[in-house]
Amino acid sequence: MTVKKSYEEINEKIKSGEAVVVTAEEVIDIVKEKGMKEATKYVDVVTTATFGPMCSTGAFLNFGHSDPPIRMSEIYLNGVSAYGGLAAVDVYIGATEESKEKGMEYGGAHVICDLIDGKKVHLMATARGTDCYPCKEVETYITKDSINEAYLFNPRNCYQNYNAAINTSDKRIYTYMGILQPNKGNITYSTSGQLSPLLNDPLYRTIGIGTRIFLAGTVGYVSWQGTQFNSGGARDERGIPLGGGGTLALIGNLKNMSTEYIRPAVFEKYGTSIFVGVGIPIPIIDEEMMKHVSIEDKDIYTNIIDYSVKRRSKPSLGRVSYEELRRGKITLDGKEIKTAPLSSLQKARKIADELKTWIKKGEFLIQEPVQTFPTNNKLKSLEIVEEEEV
Amino acid sequence: MKKLLLLSFPSNLTGEPITYTLIKNYDLKINILRASIDYNIEGSLFLQVEGLEEKLDLSIKYLKIKGVKVKVINTAITIDEDKCVNCGACTAICEVGALTMDESWKVTFKKHRCLDCKLCIKACPVRAITSIV
Repeated sequence: MTVKKSYEEINEKIKSGEAVVVTAEEVIDIVKEKGMKEATKYVDVVTTATFGPMCSTGAFLNFGHSDPPIRMSEIYLNGVSAYGGLAAVDVYIGATEESKEKGMEYGGAHVICDLIDGKKVHLMATARGTDCYPCKEVETYITKDSINEAYLFNPRNCYQNYNAAINTSDKRIYTYMGILQPNKGNITYSTSGQLSPLLNDPLYRTIGIGTRIFLAGTVGYVSWQGTQFNSGGARDERGIPLGGGGTLALIGNLKNMSTEYIRPAVFEKYGTSIFVGVGIPIPIIDEEMMKHVSIEDKDIYTNIIDYSVKRRSKPSLGRVSYEELRRGKITLDGKEIKTAPLSSLQKARKIADELKTWIKKGEFLIQEPVQTFPTNNKLKSLEIVEEEEV
Repeated sequence: MKKLLLLSFPSNLTGEPITYTLIKNYDLKINILRASIDYNIEGSLFLQVEGLEEKLDLSIKYLKIKGVKVKVINTAITIDEDKCVNCGACTAICEVGALTMDESWKVTFKKHRCLDCKLCIKACPVRAITSIV
């Protein structure tokens, strides 16, 4: 008979403090020791995590109304432009927006983290002035406690899989995958691999809309499929996407976050970005789920993509497993090449452990997805066409 | 033994073959990491020197007697541990293996290997690395 567990059973165990919770790294040896069936009976929840740079991040803020009130149209927070094409005092501050004065060294990511740290942030806003919102200009200071809502909204995070990057040109290039040395001088990669959320639930059986997660030190939720969700691409026999695969849109209360788990990033000659710490619990509902979470770095492959090709489609120089990449060097066409991560495994492990503690204490229950994601979504490209061609 | 030395010399010494003397009289292996010399104005040299300990000490005495300001550099860069998130981006561009990931996936800095190229300062996304020299 196959082992099956309901969300209710698992949550009851969590509430009574009896749930067996382990990280996606720890579970590997448990399965080897006990076998798939016994391990499925034994383990209730597996925690996954990632701490990587993710440009597609920002925060919605509501400042409250000034007297007289203003319908803000041009808004600056510490000199960084925020988008105000919403209601009067609602804005969205994007992580990659750069400040007028400091450029990429201080961007939206820094504003978000300064707010999280409780720092004062300078607000400057102008408007046209209307009968109901007569004020044309405000200049003041805010903190996360002086404003109404402040929530992080990540349109895309947790890329299921991602390219490794290389540079075959004879010039050093500066990319969001870090500095790539000329003539295949190095390879960078960005994943927590066997600990990564969507590599442990490759077919989105337990991670969907409504999943309760750890987001930057507090409780958050999966709100939608992430942008560029490409679940319909080619997969290997384990269901792991050969390319990027799925992504997640995430939401959480910025006021309760901690900069221990979210941090501004600056990629030289590229721009501002942000490291976002995410932890996602996977309930072991059956043996199939246990099989998914027992995946190891040696089973997960990615493409080595040439970032010196300045086109949408970049050539692959070959496929490589994360176990090979984690060794610090690989041999490609007879040449030994240094490999380096961009996503912090040390932080990801800390998050997986932290989430494990929350669940073990009975403070964090597993939320069954309200709706699961499609597995046949295709990625579209932007074609430059004339009006009549559409 | 190896040492990193930052030498600053006044205008009257910019014409002297200081490096030659260090090699010839003190039997030191010298790797010039950075040099900025304006003849008759001022000069600075950042050197990695290798040799016997007593000869190294004598060479430093010689430099001081000559009027050269000598700063022994223990490390050319420093990593702010509170800022560092251990992502590993700096290890991608460190050609001499001074910055590497340890077994627990933390960045480690082996200062004796560092040749002060400073590329890690630009590569660090959280700006945790700063230059001392």
